[in-house]
Amino acid sequence: MDDSILDVRNLHVTFDTYGGKVQAVRGVNFSLKKGETLAIVGESGSGKSVTTKALMGLVAKPAGKIPKGEILFEDKDLAKLTEKQMQKIRGKDLSMIFQDPMTSLNPTMKIGKQIMEGLILHQNLSKTNAKKRALELLELVGIPDPVKRIDQYPHQFSGGMRQRVVIAIALACNPKILIADEPTTALDVTIQAQILELMKDIQEKMDTSIIFITHDLGVVANVADRVAVMYAGKIVEIGTVDDVFYNPKHPYTWGLLGSMPTVDSEEEKLIAIPGTPPDLIHPPKGDAFAARNEYIMQIDLEEEPPMFKVSDTHYAATWLLHEDAPDVNPPQAVKKRISDARRNKSSVEEVRD
Amino acid sequence: MDKEKLLEVKNLKQHFQTGKKGVIKAVNGISFDIYRGETFGLVGESGCGKSTTGRTIIRLYDATSGEVKFNGIDVHGKKSKKNLKQFNRQMQMIFQDPYASLNPRMTVKEIISEGIDIHGLIKNEKDKTARVQELLETVGLNKEHASRYPHEFSGGQRQRIGIARALAVDPEFIIADEPISALDVSIQAQVVNLMKELQKEHKLTYLFIAHDLSMVKYISDRIAVMYFGRIVELADSEELYNKPLHPYTKSLLSAIPLPDPDFERNRKRIVYDPNMHDTQNAEFREISPGHWVLCTEEEGKAYKQTIQGANGFLKK
Repeated sequence: MDDSILDVRNLHVTFDTYGGKVQAVRGVNFSLKKGETLAIVGESGSGKSVTTKALMGLVAKPAGKIPKGEILFEDKDLAKLTEKQMQKIRGKDLSMIFQDPMTSLNPTMKIGKQIMEGLILHQNLSKTNAKKRALELLELVGIPDPVKRIDQYPHQFSGGMRQRVVIAIALACNPKILIADEPTTALDVTIQAQILELMKDIQEKMDTSIIFITHDLGVVANVADRVAVMYAGKIVEIGTVDDVFYNPKHPYTWGLLGSMPTVDSEEEKLIAIPGTPPDLIHPPKGDAFAARNEYIMQIDLEEEPPMFKVSDTHYAATWLLHEDAPDVNPPQAVKKRISDARRNKSSVEEVRD
Repeated sequence: MDKEKLLEVKNLKQHFQTGKKGVIKAVNGISFDIYRGETFGLVGESGCGKSTTGRTIIRLYDATSGEVKFNGIDVHGKKSKKNLKQFNRQMQMIFQDPYASLNPRMTVKEIISEGIDIHGLIKNEKDKTARVQELLETVGLNKEHASRYPHEFSGGQRQRIGIARALAVDPEFIIADEPISALDVSIQAQVVNLMKELQKEHKLTYLFIAHDLSMVKYISDRIAVMYFGRIVELADSEELYNKPLHPYTKSLLSAIPLPDPDFERNRKRIVYDPNMHDTQNAEFREISPGHWVLCTEEEGKAYKQTIQGANGFLKK
């Protein structure tokens, strides 16, 4: 049974620049199920933001192009829609929360008006009804005293409150898919925790599907049902959150997990991933991660690895999973972290109770 | 081991005038010492005054009141030009934003050697080039990079340039104001590892300001938690994480997301409400050796009992 509401197939996105054609997304495949949260993680430049911009039809033209691939949503291929057609979907069925709540609101417009805009446009509500709905939304996202706040300007809100307003705007038309591009990166940990709780709460109430982009693996562990790890414009590992955190298969995922200190890490050194991501104007031949991979094999330099199936939910693109590859285990520190995590769980619960 | 105080901060206050009447008490009476060779972490939410503290210590701001002593000498006292220069050389800063903190019109060599020139450390052009190249290699860049401009580098590489610049004048003490928050996770680890190595090699003392608690815990020997211009808790980093006493510290710790799905599913967040306890009569009290908490006398007694109770579980 297929209950996915979004299917992305072999998506490619390129940008023409003076330096040449940047291949920002190089064949991405995934599907999104109803009511689930898919987290996309990766470094800056890995193509995670560009992927979601393509879904929203926000790839800047004429420099940006989608030369290949399909984005299937409700029998439509979003990649082929015109801007006019896309405008009917954007903000209604698909909506987006941006990273920086300081710049994604219009500073010269009262926040009430910014929320009502979409309602009036997509749902043909009258002004009075739209205002009523806007008040409900402000209440839903936990802004105290909405009647007074609705007539205020963005600068009168704190960062966390502004992000709540952005979420209210995104939710205004009950979207089927909500794309959140690093929604908490600009916020403090305490505020971040509040916003994440809010998003989960809303998802439960509205059964929205969420695509959550972040580079913070802690946040991923908190919100995600499934995780896709992106590197150099491709998904290199995808699976349920447990698959990826407790049974990671790709050396890049190992590196990401190893480079975060745990609260009780005693190791002298963090495992850093050496080097920097490859140049996507001239993507390297073979595995794009090869240059930073300490488990590099000859084949990595010659041929790109396909997706290997680890289990029904878990796939990874690394030659290490090929039957002829030597048995390679994740670095000691990553293994230790996994076993520590399992052991710590119960004791932590007790203390916090 | 005898610990020598490198920096003493006593009842430091930094207030800013806003408009005619408003006063923002960004830093409102904080005291702490930093020992030679250690890393002192300062954490808190944005707006709690942690960056202002760092900037006041290095004399970018004049303190409203209070005292900062570096090597026994008052930082904010009157100084002759010569003494001020001497002081500036001993204390350096690494900034948060590697994009905004490097002059885009200067080459890497010019950026790094600016301090060397100001202090007249190396006169000979050839030696200077050699020193810049040496510094670049110390921070993990190539010596060929000296002639390039900042825009040719990635965020992590730029932060390395910022570190090389700070090291150029052989300082004793470096204030790092959120040096890694603008970087990617994998690059953060590279920079933190580098800072740790340099600390060992050059016997540096760090004041590490950040809001990412897990990274602070990893790099710091002792940590102070700031809330609304005051330090609410100060302890060895292990102790602070394992036995937090102040409710704000607890709430901050409970909000860190960990890369562990099972743990996250069972997370219970603690919410801090300053009205839950008396903050008016709170003073900074030492609950157990080296562990200070901002609390009333009664709270202090309760905290002491908690700590003693917890000590019962210590390994014998």
